[in-house]
Amino acid sequence: MTTTTAPASKPARPAGGRGSLLPPWFGRFAAVALAVLAILLPFTHPSSTFLGDCIIAGAYVVMALGLNVVVGFAGLLDLGYVAFYAIGAFTVGWFSSSFYANANIHILVSGQAAKLPGIHVNFLLVLVIAALLCAIAGVLIGLPTLRLRGDYIAIVTLAFGEIIHVFAINGDAIKVFGAGYPLTNGRQGISPVDQIKLPFIAQFNQLELKPWYWLVLGLAFLVLFIVIRLRDSRLGRAWVAIREDEVAAASMGVPLVKTKLFAYAAGAAIGGMSGAFLAAYFNTVNADQFAFSFSIFVLAMVILGGMGSVWGVVLGAITLTFINYWLIPDVLNGVPGKLHLNFQLSDLGFGIFGFLLVFVMLMRPEGLLPERRHQLELHEDVEVEDVLWEEEHR
Amino acid sequence: MATETHTDPPPKASAAPVMAPRAGDRARELVSKWGLWAILLALPVVYAIKDLAAGKGLAPIAQNLLAGLSNGSIWALIALGYTLVYGIIELINFANGEVFMIGSFTSAALIGTLGLTLTTGPLGLVFGLLVILVIAMVASGSLNVMIEKVGYRPLRNAPKLAPLITAVGFSFILQNVGLLWLGGSPASVPDLIHAQQDVFTVFGVTVQRADVLAIGITVPLVIGATLFIARSRLGKAMRATAQDPDAARLMGINVDTTISLTFALGGMLAGAAGLIYALYETTIWYFQGFQAGLIAFTAAVMGGIGNLRGAVLGGIIIGCIQQISDNRIGPDWTPAVVFAFLVLIMVFRPQGLLGEETREAG
Repeated sequence: MTTTTAPASKPARPAGGRGSLLPPWFGRFAAVALAVLAILLPFTHPSSTFLGDCIIAGAYVVMALGLNVVVGFAGLLDLGYVAFYAIGAFTVGWFSSSFYANANIHILVSGQAAKLPGIHVNFLLVLVIAALLCAIAGVLIGLPTLRLRGDYIAIVTLAFGEIIHVFAINGDAIKVFGAGYPLTNGRQGISPVDQIKLPFIAQFNQLELKPWYWLVLGLAFLVLFIVIRLRDSRLGRAWVAIREDEVAAASMGVPLVKTKLFAYAAGAAIGGMSGAFLAAYFNTVNADQFAFSFSIFVLAMVILGGMGSVWGVVLGAITLTFINYWLIPDVLNGVPGKLHLNFQLSDLGFGIFGFLLVFVMLMRPEGLLPERRHQLELHEDVEVEDVLWEEEHR
Repeated sequence: MATETHTDPPPKASAAPVMAPRAGDRARELVSKWGLWAILLALPVVYAIKDLAAGKGLAPIAQNLLAGLSNGSIWALIALGYTLVYGIIELINFANGEVFMIGSFTSAALIGTLGLTLTTGPLGLVFGLLVILVIAMVASGSLNVMIEKVGYRPLRNAPKLAPLITAVGFSFILQNVGLLWLGGSPASVPDLIHAQQDVFTVFGVTVQRADVLAIGITVPLVIGATLFIARSRLGKAMRATAQDPDAARLMGINVDTTISLTFALGGMLAGAAGLIYALYETTIWYFQGFQAGLIAFTAAVMGGIGNLRGAVLGGIIIGCIQQISDNRIGPDWTPAVVFAFLVLIMVFRPQGLLGEETREAG
């Protein structure tokens, strides 16, 4: 059987595959077309609320791609992902605001920020610092979970997320480097933070959203590229091997500790970059942003899109952002009132996400755009050869 | 000859390296066995010494421990729900905390329905509260069974993370139900039992009515649940299913019913905890279940998940830690302290203080 299907006949797709209606170049063409459309979007839709939602969607795409590395690729259920959002955001609060007014450090900044007291570091550097800090935090959080089994990992990461939340709330009382240097500003938040200033581009501001949009789009493309390359690399295959069967992977020579820690570090670094961007965009770093429900929000994006599927996660993140920021508050908010019910739909925010989690898990556990290998596990009618073919030709 | 002399030395040489890890292993075993106890005792001992040094005697720390005991008995009831469910299907029933919250809300609603007020006489109060206890337990138990039917049963053969995710989903749905039910801010419950009223004082430790209520309801319930599992026919079926569901099915045990029963039992205990909590704290809100759930889960893991006595012990220990932290470190930090303990347990002794009794561990 295997000898007859010689390597020469590779491009001939096995018949009966699910997506066999589309030609093989379709995927790449669609990706390029969507990317061009995404870049041109601000010219056709300059309305600021819509563009604002798109910016948040972009940041959440990055966030969800990061969580997907941990949950989707490596199969380590992380319920404390908000920790990296917090650390990334606080990096902006610490290194790019007038919060530490006693210090007077300016690194590669110009414009307004150069004149203000406090620590001001160029946003691109802050992005790198955020990624590094989060990678370290990811490894530190990952270390205690190495020996644990799946559901315990979920709880330990949740506990770390909550601990960081508590530190964010009470951090105004912690002064590690002396009186003028509290860790956080608690519920009041560190605000304002520096508006992004990139080389050759004018200072960003809250009125003109286009630069923000293109920046986050660039970040999303960068992360998308990194994540796809990671997935197809030796490391990515090791992650999938661990996800499918840890014992088998270890006996085939996959170094469990290193591979798992890399997954935590990579996922955390990506989350941190997105967190740094969101902090600059929202112009505040506030402890209340870092609640457990945020972790679930991002997890819902990954699950809705399809755990492990990069394009599915992108779709899941965009869908859920628009459900959360546009569909629920703007479009359907009055519906219960029209039915003479005494609440607004926005009160149901996280109930809807909970329902989505349950619904997706019961009805379509592989998500909207499933990863084929994962689908194989969940459905009996998917052919192994089909999956292998697809992995060779993507 | 040559081969003999050649083979002789290696065992001798390797004897030392073999011995060395053994000593290391023993040390590690010692740390894993007693390290957690040491960490647990650190908090009360440190503050007791501080109190003694300040000339306050041991009464303050004893007062903390008493409050911890009564507070911890609520966590113990919820932890039993986690441990029962984990023991039988190896799932962290994330929604258990929310089931407890719904138990509280049901109790609060029933207090209004039955017309219990601060002026109700003692006989009416006891009778009314008993009725509420039963109804709250039945409501929470049926809710838990329903969640299992809808959310977990279809996924019994799916990858393990799938039911955990639906559990998180149900937890959120129920939180939202609570939010719609009583609104976003804490609601007050009539202080029917005059919770803060002192009953008696021994050695400077004051026992309040709330303590008596919490311990007085918890102890019979825990004894009842333990006896049910240890002695009754259904309890035997539960233990058999926990050990090996397939073998249990072959022996003629209806595994689905048994699992439903386990969820019912866990939910009922959570419902009882809900009533106690409402009377004990006299405020309830939709978020209490999430916090209580995590605390109780920590308690269950601390005792050794799947182990009933462990869950009770863990609940009481967590209650004490919480009270000491509330009083000495500050209530703002209590969640972080409790979660830090959770992480420490996971690192040093994931099988818990009394050892876990689950399939994977055994």
